[in-house]
Amino acid sequence: MSFLVLDRLTKKFGDHTAVDGLSLAVEQGEFVSLLGPSGCGKTTTLQMIAGFVDATSGAATLEGRDLLAIRPSARGLGIVFQSYALFPHLTAAQNVAFGLEMRNVPAAERASRVAEALKLVGLTQFAERYPRKMSGGQQQRVALARALVIRPRILLLDEPLSNLDAKLREEMQIELRQIQRRVGTTTILVTHDQAEAMALSDRIVVMNAGRVEQIARPHEAYEQPASAFVANFLGKTNVLAARAGSDNGSTVALIGDGRWPVEKIAGGHELRVSVRPEKISFIDAAACSIGGRVATRIFQGNHWLYQVETPCGLVTVIRQNSGEAAPAEGEAVRLTWRAEDMAVRAAAN
Amino acid sequence: MSFAADATVATPAAGVHRRIPAGLVPWLLSAPALLLFVVIVLVPIAMTALLSFHLFSTSTGIRPVFSLANWIEVFTDGYFHEMFLRTLRISLWVTAICAVLGAPEAYILSRMRAPWKGIFMLVILGPLLISVVARTLGWALLFGGETGLINKTLLQLGVIATPLQFMFTETGVVVALAHVLMPFMVLSVWAALQRLDPQIENAAMSLGATHATVLRRVVLPQVLPGVLSGAIIVFALAASAFATPAIIGGRRLKVASTLAYDEFLNTLNWPLGAAVATLLLVALVAIIVLSNRLVERRFAQVFE
Repeated sequence: MSFLVLDRLTKKFGDHTAVDGLSLAVEQGEFVSLLGPSGCGKTTTLQMIAGFVDATSGAATLEGRDLLAIRPSARGLGIVFQSYALFPHLTAAQNVAFGLEMRNVPAAERASRVAEALKLVGLTQFAERYPRKMSGGQQQRVALARALVIRPRILLLDEPLSNLDAKLREEMQIELRQIQRRVGTTTILVTHDQAEAMALSDRIVVMNAGRVEQIARPHEAYEQPASAFVANFLGKTNVLAARAGSDNGSTVALIGDGRWPVEKIAGGHELRVSVRPEKISFIDAAACSIGGRVATRIFQGNHWLYQVETPCGLVTVIRQNSGEAAPAEGEAVRLTWRAEDMAVRAAAN
Repeated sequence: MSFAADATVATPAAGVHRRIPAGLVPWLLSAPALLLFVVIVLVPIAMTALLSFHLFSTSTGIRPVFSLANWIEVFTDGYFHEMFLRTLRISLWVTAICAVLGAPEAYILSRMRAPWKGIFMLVILGPLLISVVARTLGWALLFGGETGLINKTLLQLGVIATPLQFMFTETGVVVALAHVLMPFMVLSVWAALQRLDPQIENAAMSLGATHATVLRRVVLPQVLPGVLSGAIIVFALAASAFATPAIIGGRRLKVASTLAYDEFLNTLNWPLGAAVATLLLVALVAIIVLSNRLVERRFAQVFE
C-alpha cells in the first residue's frame, strides 16, 4: 500500500476541466515533481491534496485513510507557498513556532524544535528578524523551516523557487534536495521548470491540460519520452520528417540523404523522428548521416549551440566545448547520431 | 559660469542671470497653493486664536485688548470641564463602537462575492453621499419620545411600558454619531484588508489553526494598523462634530463645538467662543499627532 494514493482525481471549474482523472501513487520518503506548463493543473492538484480546493470527483488516501474527508487544518501537511506566505507581524522564530503552538507543544520543546529547524535551513542568526527585513531566499528558507518543524507526513512545495534569481535558485535546489534526503519527508513539488524537476525528483509527473502525459524517473522521461509533448517539454529536441523504407528486408528510416535502421513502425509511411541536440555529432561521411550547412553558432561556456540548415529543416546541435576546433558558420557539415538515440513515431501521432 | 550650488535662472529680456538659491525653488513652486492654504485656513485660525484674548461685555461689545480672562475661565470653571469631558467621552464611545462594529463589517465585506459585495458596499458607504443633517434628522425621526419609530415598535411589541429617552441624551448622540462615522472606519480597515496576502490565511490553516484562530492570530494583527488609523480619523471627526450633537443633543446637551456655536451666536461672547474653539483644535491636533506617532513607531518594523 503506497503512502499517498491519488485515484482519478478530477477538478472542474464550470465547463473547464482543470485536472482530469489524475492517478498517482507516492511511496514514503519519495520526492515527486508535478511538472508542466502554466494551466496544466499541477497547482490545482496540490491545492486538492492540501484541502484548499474541493475535488469534483476522485479519491485520495494517505496511509490508507481518506484524505479528502479531513479538513485542511487537520491534514498534517507542510506547505511552502509560492509567495512564502510568512506572517508579517511575527519574527522568523515566531513564524516557525506557529505550527507547534497550534499543536499545543510545551514552550521548552517548542523553543528547541524551532532552533533545530532554523539550524537545518541555516538561519539561526535570523531568528528575531521580521520577514520584511529578509531577502527572498531567506524568507523561503523560513517558510521551509515552518513547514518542516511540524514533522509533516507530506511536504508540499508550490513553485517555491520561481521568485528567486538564477544563481540562488540553483543553490536552493541543491539545499532543498539535501534537506529532503536528511529529513526523509515525502515531498511533492510543483514546478514549470523542467531542469528543476529533473534535478530534484525521484520521479516526475509530466502534466498537460489537466492530464498526465508520463510518470517516470527523470532519466527515463528524458531519454524515452512517452509523447511528443514530453519530448518537447523536457530539454530540447529536434523533430525531423522521415519516410519508412526497406533495405535488404530490414526497415530503415530515410531522413534527408541518410538512412538509419529502425524497428518496424505501425501507422504508415510518414514518420516523425525526434533526436536530442546533444546526441548529434559532426562527422565527415557515413551512411547514417545527413548533410547541412551551419547557419548559427553560439558559444555558451561549456558547450557550443549550433543551428544547422538541412533538407529536413533547422537542426539544433549541442557540442561539448572540448577544446577542439568547432565548425564555423557557413561551413558544410554532416550530422550523425546513433539509431538508439532517436525516437521514431508515425507521423499521425 | 558656476554650476555648483546655485540654480541659475536666465531672464531673456534683461540678458542678466539672476541667481535663485536652489533651496528656495520648491518654496516658490508651491507658493500659490501655500498662499491659498495660509489665507483660507491658517489666517482665520490665527484670527480666532487672537480673538480669544479679547474681552466682551454686553455694554461695550468686543474690546480688542489682550487678556487671559477667557482662558482662565475655560480652564478653571467646572462647566467647561464638564463640556470637554463630555466631548471626550462621546468621542471615545463612538470610536470604540466604530472599531468593534466597523472592523468585522469590513472583513465580511471583503469576503463577499459579486453582486453582494457591490450592493453592501453601497449600503455601507451610501450614507456618505447624503448630507449629515439629513442623516441626523433621520435618527431624530427614529429617536422620538412616543412618535419615534423605535419607541413605537418596542411599545407595540410590549417590550417596554414607557418610551425610552434617546433625544437630548448622550446615548442618542453616541448612536447617531457612530452611524454617521462608521463608513470612515470601514474604509480604513478595508484598505488594510486589501493588502493582505490570501495565501497567509491558507498557510495558517495548513499549520493547524481553526478559522477563529486564523482571524485572531493572523488577520487581526495585520489589520490593526488600519483599525488604529481609522480610530484616529473617527475620533477627530467625532470630537469636532457639529450637526449631529446639535440636532440630537439640542440645547440641553452641549459638546465643545455646539458650545462654541452657542457663545458665538446666542450669547454673542465671541472671545469666549473663540477660546473654546481654539482649545478644541489644539487638543485634537495634539492627540492625533501623538497617536499617529505611536502607531507608526509600533508597527514600523513590521509593515511598510
